[in-house]
Amino acid sequence: MKQGLYTIAENVPLTHSIYKMKLVGDTSECTRPGQFINILIDGLFLRRPISVADYDEQSITIIYKVVGKGTAAMKKMKVDDTLDVLTGLGNGYDTSCSGDKPLLMGAGVGVPPLYKLAKELVSQGKAVKVLIGFHSASDVFLADDFAAIGADVTVVTSDGSVGKKGRVTQYMDDYTHVYACGPEGMLKSVYENCTTSAQLSFEERMGCGFGACMGCSCKTVTGYKRICKDGPVLFKEEILWQTQK
Amino acid sequence: MADTKVSLCGIELDNPIIPASGTFGYGYEFAELYDINILGTFSFKGTTLEPRFGNPTPRIAECTAGMINSVGLQNPGVEKVIAEELPKLTRCFNKKVMANVGGFSVEEYVRTAAMLDACDCVGWLEINISCPNVHGGGIAFGTSASAAAQITAAVKKAVRKPVIIKLSPNVTDIAGIAAACEDSGADGVSLINTLLGMRIDIKTRRPVVANRKGGFSGEAVFPVAVRMVNEVAQRVKIPVVGIGGVASAENVIEMMMAGATAVQVGAANLVNPFACRDIIAGLAPTMEKYKINSLKEIIGACV
Repeated sequence: MKQGLYTIAENVPLTHSIYKMKLVGDTSECTRPGQFINILIDGLFLRRPISVADYDEQSITIIYKVVGKGTAAMKKMKVDDTLDVLTGLGNGYDTSCSGDKPLLMGAGVGVPPLYKLAKELVSQGKAVKVLIGFHSASDVFLADDFAAIGADVTVVTSDGSVGKKGRVTQYMDDYTHVYACGPEGMLKSVYENCTTSAQLSFEERMGCGFGACMGCSCKTVTGYKRICKDGPVLFKEEILWQTQK
Repeated sequence: MADTKVSLCGIELDNPIIPASGTFGYGYEFAELYDINILGTFSFKGTTLEPRFGNPTPRIAECTAGMINSVGLQNPGVEKVIAEELPKLTRCFNKKVMANVGGFSVEEYVRTAAMLDACDCVGWLEINISCPNVHGGGIAFGTSASAAAQITAAVKKAVRKPVIIKLSPNVTDIAGIAAACEDSGADGVSLINTLLGMRIDIKTRRPVVANRKGGFSGEAVFPVAVRMVNEVAQRVKIPVVGIGGVASAENVIEMMMAGATAVQVGAANLVNPFACRDIIAGLAPTMEKYKINSLKEIIGACV
């Protein structure tokens, strides 16, 4: 983990409620796809944890949904504004167990962390399948970006207004490992339907975001884990749904 | 040269800054960020006799200038703390540490405190009789002068190291409870623990934290903490450790003028992991600005 000041290079809408922000600064602590950053916002007490969609040597890209005071304030931020950010938080996805045909599954604002993951897996020569779900055609984002990096993308919408109709878990087929991020109901469905090993990224209300406060603990097969520090990615084999809450 | 040294129950601290229990783990997470030996000391995560998972999640709710937590004393239990956490702690911290003890019965407090008392790295025992997040234990002792006195006397009989009783602000007469602790042999008192609070999600019409209510802390509680530290300092002769909303060197000085010998920093660590480092760096320049040569001189300046 590192604390640093980052300059906003881009802050643009992708849909009516989803925004993309590019932050320029030290990215040395970004070591794995699926990690997150924690952003200090003027006038709000707690930082806002947001998953990292992409990073390189100079910049971190986040894609966030405007849902509360923090993200509403972020939406109004301008290019060249600076932000106090903690980077390199969370364990992230392990790409070493993907097999040849990894399946990346995301729903809604759970889709962004899969982007950097897809990039890494494609660069490792894997046949990457991406299965992403949204409510409706107007909610879809990143689908073209996944295609542009060479992933095989399937879009699913609840109302069938674009792509396939229904839920992402109806379309799981021919894969060696599953990587998932999305609402808890979707993750549970992935867990129940998945026939291989899998890594699931969880969300929880956090205090600090770096393992100090025990605000986001959960029970697992291998003991108590902090979603922020020991997660957010948990292996399927260690998840205990009954006692998750 | 500004003298930041203070003495807490006979142990000298390089400065009065102490990260508060529950906001600093067992130290090693923060040791990855900076050399935590710059701290006066720190109070480690509240430890109970048996392992505890704590309360269901969500456990955190944001508030204006503060937060509510309902963690509920999650900890691996005293045996594992001694076997696994303290060795890791001593690898990154070479000063005496404050052991924070939670419990649900007099006997449990006594047994846990006695086990931690035997650890070389432990300098003080901070007995938490005020955690608002555990049913049936903790706070019941902290809200009654006679129960607080009973715990204090029982723990004092079982340990050799200084005993600091951590007090709840959710009472009508905190000074009376502090005095009862002093009369029963406490070497110090620390205050305030969190204020009971609650937030409701107006969309779902449900409490934000799963346990309904939790402990409110952060900068918003600072004036309440200063007032209570001051009331207690007027009443007792034992050292008072000031806690509550401290986020700057100025806050530290104010808390000491209210009567605190040392000052704990809690919620600020969760927002800025470097909060204590930054406060310590700000102490000497702030002292110079206010023409304070030694922090010892200002303790209780406003009592």
